[in-house]
Amino acid sequence: MDQVAQYIWIIPAAPLAGFIINGLISFSWGAKSSDFHKKVSTIVSPLVILISFLVTLAVFIQMVQNPETNRIFSQNLYSWIKTGFIEANVNLVLDPLSIILVLIITGVGFFIHLYSVGYMDHDRSIIRYFAYLNLFTFAMLILVLGDNILLMFVGWEGVGLCSYLLIGFWYQNRNYAIAGMKAFLVNRVGDFAFIIGFFMLFWGIYHYEGVPTIAFSALKDVMGKMPEWYLTIVTLMFFIGATGKSAQIPLYIWLPDAMAGPTPVSALIHAATMVTAGVYMIARMSFLFIATPMTLTVISIIAAGTAFFAATIGIVQNDIKKVLAYSTVSQLGYMFLGMGTGVFTTGIFHLMTHAFFKGLLFLGAGSVILASHHEQDILLMGGLRKKIPITFITFLIGTLAIAGIPGLSGFFSKDEILWQTYITPNVYIPQLPHILWIIGLATAGITSFYMFRLLFLTFFGEFRGDEGALEEVHESPFIMTIPLMVLAVLSIFGGYIGMPEALGGSNHLHHWLSPVLSMKEAVEEHGAGHFQEYLFMGFSILVSLSGAALAYIFYILKPSIPKSIGSKISGLHQLVFNKYYIDELYHATFIKGTLGLRMLLNKFDQKIIDAFVNFVAVIVKAVSRVHGFFDRVVVDGLVNFVAAFTQYYSSVMQTWQSGMLNRYLYYILGSFIMAYVILRII
Amino acid sequence: MTSLLSENPNSYLIISVLIFSAGMFTVLTRKNILAIIMGIELMLNASALNFITFSFFRKSTLYSGHVFAILIIVLAAAEAVVALAILLAIFQQRKSVMTDDISDMKG
Repeated sequence: MDQVAQYIWIIPAAPLAGFIINGLISFSWGAKSSDFHKKVSTIVSPLVILISFLVTLAVFIQMVQNPETNRIFSQNLYSWIKTGFIEANVNLVLDPLSIILVLIITGVGFFIHLYSVGYMDHDRSIIRYFAYLNLFTFAMLILVLGDNILLMFVGWEGVGLCSYLLIGFWYQNRNYAIAGMKAFLVNRVGDFAFIIGFFMLFWGIYHYEGVPTIAFSALKDVMGKMPEWYLTIVTLMFFIGATGKSAQIPLYIWLPDAMAGPTPVSALIHAATMVTAGVYMIARMSFLFIATPMTLTVISIIAAGTAFFAATIGIVQNDIKKVLAYSTVSQLGYMFLGMGTGVFTTGIFHLMTHAFFKGLLFLGAGSVILASHHEQDILLMGGLRKKIPITFITFLIGTLAIAGIPGLSGFFSKDEILWQTYITPNVYIPQLPHILWIIGLATAGITSFYMFRLLFLTFFGEFRGDEGALEEVHESPFIMTIPLMVLAVLSIFGGYIGMPEALGGSNHLHHWLSPVLSMKEAVEEHGAGHFQEYLFMGFSILVSLSGAALAYIFYILKPSIPKSIGSKISGLHQLVFNKYYIDELYHATFIKGTLGLRMLLNKFDQKIIDAFVNFVAVIVKAVSRVHGFFDRVVVDGLVNFVAAFTQYYSSVMQTWQSGMLNRYLYYILGSFIMAYVILRII
Repeated sequence: MTSLLSENPNSYLIISVLIFSAGMFTVLTRKNILAIIMGIELMLNASALNFITFSFFRKSTLYSGHVFAILIIVLAAAEAVVALAILLAIFQQRKSVMTDDISDMKG
C-alpha cells in the first residue's frame, strides 16, 4: 500500500470540518453575525475544499505512476456495523473510477465555492449557505468514496438532504420552500426503490452465493450464482433509485423546480455532482448491471426518452435557469444512454465533460442574473455581450461545448455515446440501437438549437428590458469570473483525455477506467476501419451546426418567425410550454390519489376500525357486569360468611377468658383431674 | 442403725401430702397474690420433702434426690425473688395486690 493512501481520510474530513466551523458560527451568532464571522466563513469554506482537492491530486499523481494493477487505494477507518453476517466498514476507496468523481467534486466544487463568495456576498445568511455547501461536499465525497452500499447510501441520503436544504435556502419565499419539499419527496420515491434493491441484493447474495458481504470490492468476486431474473429486479430497483436522484423519467419533475436554490447550488448540485450520482452508482455496480441485458435495455429506452423529452421542453422555456435545468435532464439522459450500452466509460466521460460545461453554463447564467439585477427572463434580456464580455465569452464556450461543436469537450463525449449506442447490438429488440441513435441525434440537434436560442436571446440583438436597466448592467467581480474562465478552459480541453482512436487520440479515459469497470468491450474496430465512425461524426456535426444555424435564423435574422410558428401550432406550443402537463398529470393522479386514499382510509378508520373498537368495548362492559355480580355475591359472600362465623364463635369463647387468676388455676386443676380420669379409664 | 427416723416412709409422705394440700388450698382460695406465692412455696417444699424421702429410703448412692431437693430450694428462692419483684411493680402501679383488680387480660 502506498504512502498516500493513509491521507485519504482528509478528503471527506476537511469539508466536514468546514461544515462544523460554519455551522457553529451560524448557530451561535446567526443573524447577528458580524463581518468578521462572514470573512472567516468565506475563507474557511473554499479553503477546506481546496485541501481536499490537493490531497486528491496527490493521490492521483501517485495513482498515475503506479502500474495498472496497483491503482486501488483504500483506507479502513473503523468497523462500523458488525453483526452475524453483515459487516460494514467505514472504508474509503480511491480507484480510477472514484478519483475522477472526487476530482470533479473537489476541483469544480472549489471554483464554485469561490464563485459563491462573490455571488452570495450580499446575502445575510451566507454563513448558513456555506455550512450547507460544505456539508453537501462531505456527503457527496462519502457517496463516492464509500466502499460498501450502506456507506454509499449514507452519502446518497446526505446529498438529498443538502439538496433539500439548499433548494429551500430562501425559505421565506413559500414557492421555494415548496420546491425543496418537492425535490425531497420525489427523491424519497427513488430512495425507497434503492433500499429495496439493496435489501434484495443482500438477501440474494446470502441466499445464492452464501457469502454475505456488501463491500463492492468483495461483491465483484462473489457474484455468479445469482439467477438473472433476480438480478434484473435488483438492478431495476437500483435504476429506479437512480432515476430519482438523477432526474430521469418518471421522477425528473423535481429538477426544474430545484432552480429555486441559489445559482451556484444549481451548478454544483443540480448539474455537476449530485444528479450524476445515479450514473456513478451504476458504474460502481457495473458488475451487476453488465449481467442483466434487460435492465440495460430499460435504461437505454428511458434515457433516450428523457433526453429527447426534456430537450423539447427546453426549446420553449423563457427562464434562463429553467432552460439549463431541462438541458441538464436531457444531458443526464445522454449519460444513461451511454450506461445503457454497457460500455460504462462513455457515461462517465460525458459525466465529466458535462460537469465542466454545465457547471460553466450555470455559473455564467448566475453571472448574467446578478448583472441584470436578478432578472431571469431571457425575453427581457438581449444585447448583453458588450456589457459583460467575460461572461459572454465563457458562456459562448459552454454553449459550443454542449452543442457538440467539434474540438470542444462535449463533442467527444456525446459522439462516443451516440457511436456506442449505434454499434452495440441489443438482444431483445434488434432495431433498438438504430432507433435510439436517431433519437439521440435528434436530441443533439434540439440541444444545439435551444442553447443557441438562449445565447442569442441573452447576449445578442437589442435589449428588451426596461429602459435604463441596461445602463446598470455590470460585469461580475473577479472572484466570480475566474471560476468561469477556469471552467471554460476545462470545457474546451476536457474532452481530449477521452478522444477516440479514430481521431488520432488514444482514449486515455477508457484505458484508465477499464480495469475497475466490468463492461462490454468497446467496439472500436468495426467493419471497414474507422470509415463508419467518421461518417457518424459527420452526421452529428451536421445536426449540431444546423441546430445552431436554425437558432441564428430564428432569433437573429428573422425574430418574427418563432412567433408566427408558435401561433400556427399553438396547441402543440402550449403543450410543450406547459411541460406536457406532466406536473398536472402527477398532481391529478398521484397527489390527488394519495389524498383520496387518505380520505378513504379515514372513512375506513371511522366506520370499521372504530366500530370494531366500540364493539369490543361493549362486549367487555357486559362481561364485566356479570363478573361484578359474581364478585359481589359469591366471593364477597364467602368472605363475609367466614368473618361472621368467626365473630359468633369467638363471642362464645371469650367468656372463658375472664382474666381472673384463680379461675385459671381451677382450670388447670380441673384439667389435671380430667386428664387423670381419662388416662385411668383408658 | 439407731436413729430418730422411722423405718417407714409413710409418715413423711403423709406430711408431704398435708403440706402440698395446704399450699394448693391457699393458692386456689386466696385472692391476695402474696398469699398465693406463699402457697406456691409450700407446694415446692412439699415436693422437696418427697424427693428427700424417696432418696433416703431407697438408699440410693447417687444422691440424686438430695440434689433435686437442693435444686428446688434454689429454684424457690429465685422464684420468690422474681415473683415478689413483679408483685412490687404491680402494687406500685395499682395500689392493690388482689387478683380481682388485675383482670385486664379478660377476653
